[in-house]
Amino acid sequence: MDFVQIQNLAYIGASILFILGIKMLGKADTARKGNRLSSIGMLIAVVATVVGQASRGELHWGMVLAGLVLGGGIGLVSARKVAMTGMPELVALFNGFGGLGSLLVGWAEVAGVIKIDGFTGVAVWATILIGGITFTGSMVAWAKLAEKIGGSAVTFSGQKVLNAALFVGLLVCGGLWISTGSPGLLYAVIALSLVLGVMAVIPIGGGDMPVVIALLNSCSGLAAAAAGFVIANNVLIVAGCLVGTSGLILTVIMCKAMNRTLGNVLFGSFGAANGAGAAVEGEMKALSVEDAFYVLEAARDVVFVPGYGMAVAQAQHVVKELGELLTENGAEVRYAIHPVAGRMPGHMNVLLAEADVAYEQLCEMDDVNATMEMVDVAIVVGANDVVNPAAIEDETSPIYGMPIINVHRAQTVFALKRGKGAGFSGLVNTLFFRDNTRMIYGDAKETISGLANQFKE
Amino acid sequence: MDPSTLILLLFVFTLAGFLGFELIAKVPSQLHTPLMSGSNAISGITVVGAIIATSTMGDSELGRWLGFAALVLATINVVGGYVVTDRMLAMFRKGKK
Repeated sequence: MDFVQIQNLAYIGASILFILGIKMLGKADTARKGNRLSSIGMLIAVVATVVGQASRGELHWGMVLAGLVLGGGIGLVSARKVAMTGMPELVALFNGFGGLGSLLVGWAEVAGVIKIDGFTGVAVWATILIGGITFTGSMVAWAKLAEKIGGSAVTFSGQKVLNAALFVGLLVCGGLWISTGSPGLLYAVIALSLVLGVMAVIPIGGGDMPVVIALLNSCSGLAAAAAGFVIANNVLIVAGCLVGTSGLILTVIMCKAMNRTLGNVLFGSFGAANGAGAAVEGEMKALSVEDAFYVLEAARDVVFVPGYGMAVAQAQHVVKELGELLTENGAEVRYAIHPVAGRMPGHMNVLLAEADVAYEQLCEMDDVNATMEMVDVAIVVGANDVVNPAAIEDETSPIYGMPIINVHRAQTVFALKRGKGAGFSGLVNTLFFRDNTRMIYGDAKETISGLANQFKE
Repeated sequence: MDPSTLILLLFVFTLAGFLGFELIAKVPSQLHTPLMSGSNAISGITVVGAIIATSTMGDSELGRWLGFAALVLATINVVGGYVVTDRMLAMFRKGKK
């Protein structure tokens, strides 16, 4: 058996570990082990590649070592240093890097090549297209999440026409490039792909970010699979395709949690052009922290409903502290988590786990909704659309049909909010005008710690 | 690339695609982020292509440097993705007690 065969055997081993790893990542008990298994698979694939290249005398030791050390160092430091609140941004960045990496691999294969082989040409074209969209799309998502640019949907007339024209341009340039091999056309394909990635994500608003992040994750896998076709390498195809399809499943889960189709998220420009729903009657009733304390002191069943606002205010630690004080006071405390609360899938779970909230207290939407009438106080911490009753009551509302956490059915609702303005999506939240809702204005973190202090006194 | 190689690769791609759809079904929302960042690390498998590109590809100086850039980016993706996922899952375990 020669080195090439051993290398391919090692790739099979790596593929098995990736498959087992992803499967185990889907279950709470085995998730950590699964992640480690898949990292061992990656190590095997890298070592096999390095050894295989070296055995053929085709390894550029210096550059490969430098690249691995440099990339590994940057990856390690950023992964260690990032705060859990910065998680969505980091995931977006890593996504983008993976996509750009695949694009560059595709480009490298044909750099300096004049005569392009037809199949390889198509594979390179697909790699650049998917990798480019993943890269700039993730960068725009990152910029929106990190608030480097406005998070709301950016739309203009003719947007869809422009995107269609970009795609046609990609097809034309790609076809011409494959037949002529002219580098200028290749650069045009790269440039158009990068522009398309930007155009695809800017019309998508912040509230839809969980879907976008999940989808970009799927794309980064597909880009790697396409790169696998370029260099005729099975392990790239298997691993990339697994990520692509399992990422798609997560994307679909996110879409279902918003009762929308993927097409609607991507092309619907939610909240920008749609109607604003019916007018609301009633007024918002404010409540002071002191008065809120008296209500909470008597409460026996309390549910926290966290949203993106909790992440912004970094209020997860004080929320947990208040939760403990309420428990000591004899109340049952739960945390109701909507699947699309926050800016990435599972965002709220990550934050609350960081604050050391017990796993049993984190409840899925359906479980809490079943007993909502028994809840004395529901505390909405920076959540908005996911608790908006318009989703089930107002057929003209753009979010009509989206499953929500039915806090309006609780005895009393405390809505913690920074100011009186509309939320992120620009929609009026009819919850705030309900008779059983009390608004507590101010920074969520200060409000919660104010409540906690009252309990301590 | 000759057609028989392509067909073999398409064969692998198709099977892996179906496998991916079957692999995870009902994922608790608790695991959405780790599943995403963990599988994201796997998509850094393109590091394999980058190593090959850095070493040999096209035998052009440009191709080599493109490969090197890809190698750095993909390695960030791989190492960062795995480490951050492990960190998160360790946190969940602690919360579970």
